[in-house]
Amino acid sequence: MAAVACAAEGGRHVAVVDDNFTLGGQIWRGKDTPLKTAEVWRARVAAANVVRIQGARVFAQPAPGVLRAEQNGSYVDIAYEKLILATGARERFLPFPGWTLPNVAGAGGLQALVKNGLFVEGKRIVVAGSGPLLLAVAAYLKRHKAKVLAICEQAPLSRLLKFATSIVTDKEKLLQAVVYKSQTLSAPFHTGCWPVSAQGKERLESVTLRKGNRTWTIACDYLACGFHLVPNTEVPELLGCRLLDGKVAVDEWQQTSILDIYCAGEPTGVGGVELALVEGQIAGYAAAGLPDNARSLFAERARRRKFAQKLEEAFALDSALKELPQDDTVICRCEDVSYLTLKDEPSWRAAKLHTRCGMGPCQGRICGAATEFLFGWNAGSVRPPIFPATLSCLEAIPELLELQETR
Amino acid sequence: MPERITLTINGRWCEALEGTTVAAAIMNAGAACRASATGELRGPLCGMGICFECRAIVNGKPHQRTCQMLCEAGMEVNTQ
Repeated sequence: MAAVACAAEGGRHVAVVDDNFTLGGQIWRGKDTPLKTAEVWRARVAAANVVRIQGARVFAQPAPGVLRAEQNGSYVDIAYEKLILATGARERFLPFPGWTLPNVAGAGGLQALVKNGLFVEGKRIVVAGSGPLLLAVAAYLKRHKAKVLAICEQAPLSRLLKFATSIVTDKEKLLQAVVYKSQTLSAPFHTGCWPVSAQGKERLESVTLRKGNRTWTIACDYLACGFHLVPNTEVPELLGCRLLDGKVAVDEWQQTSILDIYCAGEPTGVGGVELALVEGQIAGYAAAGLPDNARSLFAERARRRKFAQKLEEAFALDSALKELPQDDTVICRCEDVSYLTLKDEPSWRAAKLHTRCGMGPCQGRICGAATEFLFGWNAGSVRPPIFPATLSCLEAIPELLELQETR
Repeated sequence: MPERITLTINGRWCEALEGTTVAAAIMNAGAACRASATGELRGPLCGMGICFECRAIVNGKPHQRTCQMLCEAGMEVNTQ
């Protein structure tokens, strides 16, 4: 939204292509987000006279300078002079026995569902995994009158304290943390703690947690569990953008290794909404040919990038989490491929060929991050369609129709 | 006052507030979205349209990502 507003205010003709039904990504999901920042940016985008293409998923690049997206069973080709990618991030899910039960969702996942109408008033919820998102989600759930029974962060207390003291100088972040903490005071907060199993017949009924040598089981209705975030780099990779350490490499103008393609926000390194907004503004101004406006934000970006680095260090994953899956724990949820089937495969590609892991609809977006952590596999390059596309959409494509007719 | 929408989930009439996604409505009704390749019942995981666990049959069409669809009056939703 920041990129859109700045580019449009710079006098450019701007279109935004978004899979969601309205702008705001995950952080501002739900039409009634009361945050002042969200309102400010919504107003700027609304005033900017931008072409909005919602409910559209980019799945291929038919020619340089053109993106192809599926929308309503057909496709739309979007030609661009400059492209700004703001594809966000997704949660990292780590498998453990019972993680596939209905009502086990991500931390951000459960929050998104509540924002879109899931009732949680009076429901018993355990929040687990890793990252500052846990506290934010727990506070959100409490505001919606859920009973948050426990918040379990896998990082040890010592590292969290180090993180907390390092952000003392960042007044905004500190205030945010204090607010979340005070809103969740009644919920026990455990560090060095994670779920070892979830139980239930048709849906979740209880979660077993471990902290050191102690394990205990809590009866609950929902488990909100996610282990930090991973960048959505599929579209940048499709377009040939260079990645470094799993992040899209960008220069000071947020330009990628491909001329006229910019990238802003989580795909360049997970760092939260404030960093994403700054990077979005810089990309918008740079793409619109307003380098001075962009340059004026460099200092803020540098400051906020430091926070992103501290995040990564503080919430690094405990290697004990690699021991969580049992032999019969499903790793690839799309194809029901178990840990036993996967553990002796030498690579992502071999696993895919032998077991179908990663071949399902999510195309490795869920199991890729898990197997990277569990086995050190690298998922390798993407190939179009990078998102499942319906036959009705593919059938409408002229080049494919031509092929059919020549048979 | 948000509008109330009525839809059926596995044949039972349910009510949803305007702005509710089909996935949230399914969860509110205590139903599952789909059965997996080995028959496990599944519900939404990521809540943002990328895991495909929320796939269900909506108005006769299967594989609909229900977390990215808003409830509409008279919708027929079934576990797939």
